[in-house]
Amino acid sequence: MLGLNKSDFKLFLIVCLLALAAPILLNPFPTDSALGQSFNAGYPALMQRFVIFGILVIGFNILFGLTGYLSFGHAAFLGVGSYAAVWMFKLLSYNVVPAILLSVVVAGVFSVVIGYVSLRRSGIYFSILTLAFAQMSYQLAYSVLTPITNGETGLQVYNNDPQILMRAGDPTVPHLFGWRMNDKTELSMGGWNFVFENGYYLAAIFMIISFYLAIRIFRSPFGMMLRAIKSNQTRMSYTGLNTKPYMLAAFVISGMYAGLAGGLLAAMDPLTGAERMFWTASGEIVVMAILGGVGTLIGPVLGAGLIKYLENIVSKINDSILHSWFAFMPDWLDNLLVGIIHPFIGKGWHLTLGLLFMAVVIFLPGGLVQGGQKIGALFNRKKKSDAADGATKPAE
Amino acid sequence: MGILEVKGVNKRFGGLQALGNVNLSVAENTVHAIIGPNGAGKSTLLNVLVGKLIPDSGSVMFDGQSVLGRKPHEINQMGISRVFQTPEIFSDLTVFENVMIPCFAKRDGAFRMHALESVFHEKDIKAQAEAMLADVNMLEKSHMVASSLSRGDKRRLEMAMCLVQDPKLLLLDEPTAGMARADTENTIALLKEIRTKRGITMAIIEHDMNVVFSLAERITVLAQGTPLVEDTPENIKGHPKVREAYLGEAQV
Ligand SMILES: Nc1ncnc2c1ncn2[C@@H]1O[C@H](COP(=O)(O)OP(=O)(O)O)[C@@H](O)[C@H]1O
Ligand SMILES: [Mg+2]
Repeated sequence: MLGLNKSDFKLFLIVCLLALAAPILLNPFPTDSALGQSFNAGYPALMQRFVIFGILVIGFNILFGLTGYLSFGHAAFLGVGSYAAVWMFKLLSYNVVPAILLSVVVAGVFSVVIGYVSLRRSGIYFSILTLAFAQMSYQLAYSVLTPITNGETGLQVYNNDPQILMRAGDPTVPHLFGWRMNDKTELSMGGWNFVFENGYYLAAIFMIISFYLAIRIFRSPFGMMLRAIKSNQTRMSYTGLNTKPYMLAAFVISGMYAGLAGGLLAAMDPLTGAERMFWTASGEIVVMAILGGVGTLIGPVLGAGLIKYLENIVSKINDSILHSWFAFMPDWLDNLLVGIIHPFIGKGWHLTLGLLFMAVVIFLPGGLVQGGQKIGALFNRKKKSDAADGATKPAE
Repeated sequence: MGILEVKGVNKRFGGLQALGNVNLSVAENTVHAIIGPNGAGKSTLLNVLVGKLIPDSGSVMFDGQSVLGRKPHEINQMGISRVFQTPEIFSDLTVFENVMIPCFAKRDGAFRMHALESVFHEKDIKAQAEAMLADVNMLEKSHMVASSLSRGDKRRLEMAMCLVQDPKLLLLDEPTAGMARADTENTIALLKEIRTKRGITMAIIEHDMNVVFSLAERITVLAQGTPLVEDTPENIKGHPKVREAYLGEAQV
């Protein structure tokens, strides 16, 4: 199906369904309930982040997962993509098509340059070169390139911008040929309130396409070459294969994915700033990939989702919310529990993330995907022994 | 003129003359063995041939073209494949993938952007890889990860990876080193079969005289980086200089 084998196609279908039904699936609790207020993730701003960062990490994984080259500057491509998109809004119009196209192209060109230089080294030196480039981009965007990036203030669209393709009556927010990104359809059922936003669906469709292309790349001869490079570069050369263009192609593809993510971020909210390129943003991409499962197809999506979920959900929980949950307990126990949990919530969500990351790296080096496989194997074993029981019974 | 012509090659490592004025001519369609004691410069010579090392002086012509200054992948594309002293294989890939990759390199050249095609649809490549694995008796191990193979199988796999490219010249660096007796016998049989079935020109470095004398048609004896003699196996066996420099030492 679609050039995929059975199990890949199944995985692809699952991802499609999850992405398209996310506004429903991510709202398991009634909207106004205490749990719903704290844990529901099915609101557009957060779901957009799930899929956009999903795209970013899917692309990162094509480089890191297949070739083993750890780029520590991938946020630079995201940032460049965002700047390119906002410039399209300023110069042409709020239509997202030229914005997203240019963001991919500009990030692609940018990654050819950075890749060409960084790929002269491997291992830690490659990582440091990419990090240096990204930090340079950040600093340039922040200061020297102010005419292009609007420095500290960040780049945004002003009323007196040219917008030469803008016609009377066009929306004054990002739109797809008039289909506004921030328009939404709401559906109320019982205590539940589901929000279907245009912007989310545009991003989700891009994520689905990105995921599909990633599967194709993983299963292609090109993908096999990249895994071979990771495994043994010496043998690659002595087999008549030039590793350099393969590496550069992987690097540029992954940079273009990041550019697309940057363009989509701008399409959801037409402003951007240098902080998108800061090294912590690059680090976050690495953490997402490792948490989800490096080199797996679905891992990047899971990792991106989990981190964005923790960032938005755990950081929102505060002491008074905790007190309301524990209200049924005696006061001393309530206070004790809140005291224990306090460092892990709100601004402390990084602590939670750090502990989770350590736990995954130590116990599940294959990330969440490996965790899933372990659980799956557990169930299979159970099923098999059940089946064995079943098989012996008739004989009795 | 041989298919491979090495003339006046010198290579120094600091104060050590690893290769001193090496002349070597490998005739097409023969098995040419290079023997010599440890540290004689045999591996260094192969490194020069495949572009891993650049000699200080001299010339290396293959099939009428100079190989010097070319990158390893370009030299391979000219038709030289090499089996290493310690197997160089794609340990994380399956045996089958290991053999498919050289097939792609042979068909598509040093680089091709085939990112949206599917490996599963490459019928010709799969058929080639399958036939090769059947030839080396490894078909039933196709789906094993290469790192889990035994040492002998790793060498056999590497040999299959080189052979499937159908090279004009196959370089073998001690293909039976560290092998059990049975594996050595298998390897000799395999190499003989390759020789008769495919008629590939081979240059083989070997310690095991049993292997050398059962395969080689010409032998060059290297000592301290310089060729001592070059002759047929029969003459080499009786050559006093060789007995003294090499065989004698090996038999003690
Ligand atoms: N890369 C190198 N750097 C320095 N010395 C080397 C290098 N490679 C080989 N040598 C030295 O050159 C000599 C020949 O080595 P080699 O060609 O490996 O011998 P062999 O005939 O056993 O294969 C040895 O003394 C070895 O130590
Ligand atoms: Mg050697």
